[in-house]
Amino acid sequence: MKIEVNTHEKNMIKWASEHPEAVVLSGDLGSSCEIKGFLNTYPDRYFSLGIAEQNMVSWAAGLAREGFRPYLHTFGVFLYRRVLDQLEMSVAYPNLPVTFVGFLPGIMTPGGVTHQATNDIAVLRNIPNMTIFDIGDATEIESVLQVAHDVNGPVFIRMLRKEVPRLFPANEPMVFNRGRVLTEGTDIAIFSSSICTEEAMRATKVLTEKGLSIQHVHISTLKPFTDPTVVETLKKVKYGAVTMENHVTIGGLGSAVADVIAEEGIGTKLIKVGIHDTYTHGASKMYLMKKYGLDALTLIQAVKNLTGKYFGIREEDLEAVRFEDYTAV
Amino acid sequence: MPEKVYSKEEIQEVATRVRKNILRLTLERGGCYLGQACSSAEIFASLYTGILNLGPSLGSMDAIPFPGVPSPDNMDYPKGSLYHGAFEADKDRFFVSPAHYASVVYCTLAETGRISHQAIEKFNVDGWNMEMIGAEHSPGFENTAGSLGQTISIACGTAHARKLKNETGKVFVLLSDGEIQEGQAWEAFQAASFYKLDNVVVYIDVNGQQLEGYTKDVMDIEPLAARLEAFGAKVMDVDGHDIQAMIDASKVEHEGKPLVVLCRTSAAHGIPLLEKRKPFLHFVRVGNDEMDDFKKFYEQM
Repeated sequence: MKIEVNTHEKNMIKWASEHPEAVVLSGDLGSSCEIKGFLNTYPDRYFSLGIAEQNMVSWAAGLAREGFRPYLHTFGVFLYRRVLDQLEMSVAYPNLPVTFVGFLPGIMTPGGVTHQATNDIAVLRNIPNMTIFDIGDATEIESVLQVAHDVNGPVFIRMLRKEVPRLFPANEPMVFNRGRVLTEGTDIAIFSSSICTEEAMRATKVLTEKGLSIQHVHISTLKPFTDPTVVETLKKVKYGAVTMENHVTIGGLGSAVADVIAEEGIGTKLIKVGIHDTYTHGASKMYLMKKYGLDALTLIQAVKNLTGKYFGIREEDLEAVRFEDYTAV
Repeated sequence: MPEKVYSKEEIQEVATRVRKNILRLTLERGGCYLGQACSSAEIFASLYTGILNLGPSLGSMDAIPFPGVPSPDNMDYPKGSLYHGAFEADKDRFFVSPAHYASVVYCTLAETGRISHQAIEKFNVDGWNMEMIGAEHSPGFENTAGSLGQTISIACGTAHARKLKNETGKVFVLLSDGEIQEGQAWEAFQAASFYKLDNVVVYIDVNGQQLEGYTKDVMDIEPLAARLEAFGAKVMDVDGHDIQAMIDASKVEHEGKPLVVLCRTSAAHGIPLLEKRKPFLHFVRVGNDEMDDFKKFYEQM
């Protein structure tokens, strides 16, 4: 598996070269959000709005009303928690084409609780006109701007930065509101998103070797959540489903899947792996994934609880299938 | 057809009729934002007849049923901005931030021929587009302005975009003084100065009061002129009931800076019966004990 570096930076510049209406707005975190290169390439299309996110969001609404396509860059946490009223009344209500490029989704940073966007999906999923994408790899970074552009309305992207693995073929871009089936199976379903998909791929590899039949689906569109792939997957599995997300387990991917199970009357069991109703603290990504249970071993424990089967998998077995010596950002 | 040229006396008549119409709505409907009408009638009358460069209205003369909220399937609903004419490079835009001034906007549109007088009868009537606090489908509203402090940022973003497109028309904003307490307003002034948005002109209705009392007692905003100047704006401080002064203020040079016109007003102006209620004039209800006095006053207005 290849590790790609600063994919969004290159992609944003390429995108702007093809879309003259695209402008970047920065909340003084440009170099931390991979848009320094954009500033150097398109200085007259890069607008610094300072450490004043509320104004930045409403200002973007004004630009969008005049035909520009603003791409707001700062940490995700400052693009929903601090600016919720501006996001809703200035942008979402009038359904304007503003793209929120939110970096450091979930527990991606030693920056600690103030910098960790751990409940953004839950907060944003109930907002009318809003579309939410959760990026899982470099291929999705390369394709998300086109998918977002095709949406008629505002878009929130949980973006990954710096070293990001390429989990999916570069010639198979993400598709709006469609999960990506990574393995097919009939015993259990695993729905994963963001950085959890890489962990889930490790776990499924080992579990499959133990004889379990797994349908693993990577999810990148969190709203809308009407993908028939999800329904078909839930209907065909024997034991139930596990969701795994870089987010709290209330209101995110797990809750979205639970809604589908209930509304479709599927009557299958669901275990939600994610951050369990707690704030988190600052540390390295791998440390936090283990501490808050977003790692492969936690997923395997969930699968054991779901199936009642004991697989005898230890940490060492998983180390063997670590794709790369890919360490924390 | 060329736009009508209003004399100062005619502008004053517009203001007086707006005030009178909203007093009528207050008496008929059990209450209205009458204090805001009293403080801002001359500001709105001056803007619509003597300051703004707007094209002829493209909006419906009649009220229309609520056209639905914006959504991917409903983006072509009739916009409130239609009443300000077509978006053209040399024309002005006008954003009203305190959305509870809606009755003043509607009535000024009616007095200036941009909407019918019959449409006013649908004001605050269930199911129609003339809400007491509306959104961007409401006549005269460019955006959804009810959450205070956001419209100045949206207007400045619009002005920024218009500069990038080399448009010559200006972006006017009407603010209330209470909403200057919002931090976002100062973020917007900071950025408007930083981007040298001299195509922004802000009129502030400084009536000195807000829901809980006098602004100086709730959360003082003075010295307002000095604060705005410190944030990089050109500031004019005028009597907000003096039509000529407000028109003249719109013409001062403000190269490289936004222009702010502080309009000092009274929320009882033109209706002295309200004087004794100060500073509690956010929403005026007239009880049976005062109804006859107000009705008599209305008849002789």
